[in-house]
Amino acid sequence: MSNLIHLTINRIPVEVPAGTRIIEAAQSIGIDIPHLCYHPDQTIKAHCRMCMVEVTGQRKLLAACSTVVWEGMEVITDSKRVYDAQVGVLDLILSDHKQNCLSCSRNGSCDLQNLCRRFNRLSPTLPDISSDEPPRVDNPSIVRDPAKCVKCGRCVKVCNEVQGVSALTYSNRSGNFLVTTAFDAPMEETDCVLCGQCTLVCPVGALVERDYTDEVWSAIQDPSKHVVVQVAPSVRVALGDEFGLESGALVTGKMVTALRRLGFDKVFDTNFSADLTIMEEGSELLHRMKTGGKFPMITSCSPGWVRFMEKHHPELIENLSTAKSPQGMFGAVLKTYYAQKMGWDPKDIVSVSVMPCTAKKYEAARPELGRDGYRDVDIVLTTRELAKIIRYEGMDLKNLPDSDFDSPLGTGSGAGAIFGATGGVMEAALRTAYELHTGKTLPRLEFEEVRGQVNGIKEATIDLDGTPVRVAIANGLQAAEELIQRIESGEVPYTFVEIMACPGGCIGGGGQPIGTNNAKRDARIKSLYKLDRSLPLRKSHENPDIQTLYSEFLEAPLSHKSHELLHTTFTAWPGSHRFDHLKK
Amino acid sequence: MAATVSFITRRFGAYDPSSLASYEAAGGFQALRRALKMDGYDIAKILADNGIQGRGGAAYDMGKKWSQARDVKAPHKCVVCNADEGEPGTFKDRTLLQKDPFQLLEGMIIAGWSVQADNGYIYLREEYSHLRYSILSAIAQCERAGYLGDDILGSGFSYQIHLYSGAGAYVCGEGSALCESIEGKSGRPRMKPPFIKQCGAFHLPTCVNNVESLSLVPNVLMDDEGFYKAQGTPECPGTKIISVSGNVVRPGVYEIPFGITLREIIFDLAGGIPDGHSFRLAQLGGASGRIASIHELDTPYTYKDLRKAGLTPVGSGAVLVVDDRTSVLSFLQIIQQFFSHESCGQCTPCREGNRHIKLILDKMAAGTHTQEDLDHLRKFAEIMRVSSLCGLGETAQSALLSCMDRFPEVFTVKEEAYTR
Repeated sequence: MSNLIHLTINRIPVEVPAGTRIIEAAQSIGIDIPHLCYHPDQTIKAHCRMCMVEVTGQRKLLAACSTVVWEGMEVITDSKRVYDAQVGVLDLILSDHKQNCLSCSRNGSCDLQNLCRRFNRLSPTLPDISSDEPPRVDNPSIVRDPAKCVKCGRCVKVCNEVQGVSALTYSNRSGNFLVTTAFDAPMEETDCVLCGQCTLVCPVGALVERDYTDEVWSAIQDPSKHVVVQVAPSVRVALGDEFGLESGALVTGKMVTALRRLGFDKVFDTNFSADLTIMEEGSELLHRMKTGGKFPMITSCSPGWVRFMEKHHPELIENLSTAKSPQGMFGAVLKTYYAQKMGWDPKDIVSVSVMPCTAKKYEAARPELGRDGYRDVDIVLTTRELAKIIRYEGMDLKNLPDSDFDSPLGTGSGAGAIFGATGGVMEAALRTAYELHTGKTLPRLEFEEVRGQVNGIKEATIDLDGTPVRVAIANGLQAAEELIQRIESGEVPYTFVEIMACPGGCIGGGGQPIGTNNAKRDARIKSLYKLDRSLPLRKSHENPDIQTLYSEFLEAPLSHKSHELLHTTFTAWPGSHRFDHLKK
Repeated sequence: MAATVSFITRRFGAYDPSSLASYEAAGGFQALRRALKMDGYDIAKILADNGIQGRGGAAYDMGKKWSQARDVKAPHKCVVCNADEGEPGTFKDRTLLQKDPFQLLEGMIIAGWSVQADNGYIYLREEYSHLRYSILSAIAQCERAGYLGDDILGSGFSYQIHLYSGAGAYVCGEGSALCESIEGKSGRPRMKPPFIKQCGAFHLPTCVNNVESLSLVPNVLMDDEGFYKAQGTPECPGTKIISVSGNVVRPGVYEIPFGITLREIIFDLAGGIPDGHSFRLAQLGGASGRIASIHELDTPYTYKDLRKAGLTPVGSGAVLVVDDRTSVLSFLQIIQQFFSHESCGQCTPCREGNRHIKLILDKMAAGTHTQEDLDHLRKFAEIMRVSSLCGLGETAQSALLSCMDRFPEVFTVKEEAYTR
């Protein structure tokens, strides 16, 4: 690719590799051509027509996002003709967008607002022709607001090309053209797995997380409740984005201070229960190896992946580890062991979790995660909602002092921390499985071959002291589907497989800050591995609080009590490809 | 008095279109036999030498299209016959399909041979489903006679023709939307590049031609006397089939030599305006075409002259005549209704532009419009023209924009003007 193309943009000479598109060539000299449907991690759609620019000698304007540069091209991005077209297209988009900005959860992080600010559009010039359809609140995770949709197609692309789910699609034509599910069904009734990647790429408020911040406030303000919060590993390297810190900034201590100031009675760490998941899942793997169980064993801590499996590949149910996710285990331990320890009635505990994920809201509502009429996790907030309540309280995260998680459910190892990155669960499990299996100390803790690579599949063979273990890792459901094809073709006899629904793992989850893209995913992954390196405790089975939990309460991994509290079941989704509703 | 000619239409009524034997008796498939002895580039050159421009609307140089299609190196390629004749007021392809279906098949086989394709698809508009049976029967007869299938006429060339019916969307006449539709997807235009010639139906290199363009091929190959080139004008030789409709005495399909005037077409061939009414406007090339007023009637019907007069250069070959019983505004409302129904909705200018322009035209009809509305009409029509994703949005406001130029008195805020 040494083939360089020479062009000018607004008379400035530019040199870019062949194949570059105008929009990227302009970025290389610091010109941001206005755009809406363009997204750096997606293939080109060219739908919104915001990025129209003039190219000398061309009769029509050209879309900067879809036009590849050519030698000698002269691009003009600032002529009156370009301005008129861009501002005209913006007016057209605005006229079909329900402008209730003040009550929109994307107020302040909306790409359309930014464009209006940029074009100094202070009031609409065209009549409002947006639809009056109310928002669709039909599942625990994602709210769709068709009246705000600008039909850019970003959600359709991520659902189709990155997640391979294609739950969102286009329907109708002309003025009735819209983005919706097949037959306009509620999302949970479609192939949707509630991963929330669509909410990350939506430029406006047409797809947002279902907000539970009010429920959290009510709980905190209710003196009869013990409100306990757990925070997932990947939140601490993403929350900073919401407060203007550099990508991947580690804000654990500040985040804990903020949570405590918000009024949570106890601030605990999901890294702790990630270690617990490793104890159970690692032991389950060794147990299957000894007794000849179902292989490959596949991780089950990503609820988007679990839902994908239940909806698309129920034949794999027995392959999934029965260990609950760290969120689920934490909730169960909180409302049994910790409640007993504190002398609390579980019914008086409000268990809140902060997760990078919209599907976790759905997971917490699953009937398997609770007992005696209560839920183990009552309310799930995404990273974005946590930022919202921190801002309400008037705290500027970057200026808060550091503080530590409460004890004893606040101690996590480096193995628990890397759960947030693709390959992290695998690596954490291998660290523990190796030592439990061999009784020896691992010579080297890092398993580089299972790390990184957003939207990819990784494979490795790990030597468990003479027993070779074939492992594979996929992140992003399109990659997961490819890996499943490999598994089901039987070409490689994998022993252990990690699958995360979201690109990059939880650090790229659907509940992470708006603006999350693959570059930021890479920065967060790096930050988590750096955190792991910096910790004195890096193996789950060496976590002293985990050891105490087993000795005081659970007895041993895979014990009767562990099974009762820490393991779960999965169910094939009966709704797939049912077309009864089409019958008159 | 202008006269019609018979070149592409010369076999109309001269043979039984349900019988291959009858077509052969009328000289059918001689052109294919000749073509199979020729190189594809030489066939393309004959088309180029005759100055043939594609009849689908874009008027692309057909010889160039075929030689470019031939240039593409790929193990599989296809030819698509665009029979999605969706431009309102256009029905010449229907006549060609009804009266001479074998001529089209012969042209398609020659196209396949010339560009080295292995499959041909006829994309038939849904509204022509009554023609399905006769086309399928013609294909089956050609297969039985060895004009289609493996090793055609011992040439070693293998080629199949498939018939595909659309679902009724106008936009599927656009090449890339047509390819999507053939693949079984919703007919929405693709972003270009990649162009269809590299990546069309089933992601194969695809050569799309109109029914009339393909039907012309066998005739041109057998035209040893140079009849075609002797017709028309030196700059624009040949003949063209046009569809004349609307307020005329004799609407219908006419094969004309290029160069006769619009006045001759409307008043001589089609017999003028009926019932003593007077001419108001004519739209050339279908709903996406520009508007001729009485001042353009003496424009010769050639690509260049029409373009020079600010009219659609041929387009679909439709000539829709509107007399004084329909106001300019009512006419534009009808055209707008069509595009408001047929836009695919993908891109902002076409989806939203059509909605706003419809609202403003409705306001004009109600007499409640303002000067700002009139400014918006031109502004958004212009944005649609230069910013849309495909040709539909680009040309949807051709009628409006040309009416604004030709009938400025209609676009004022004075009530007596716009209701005229």
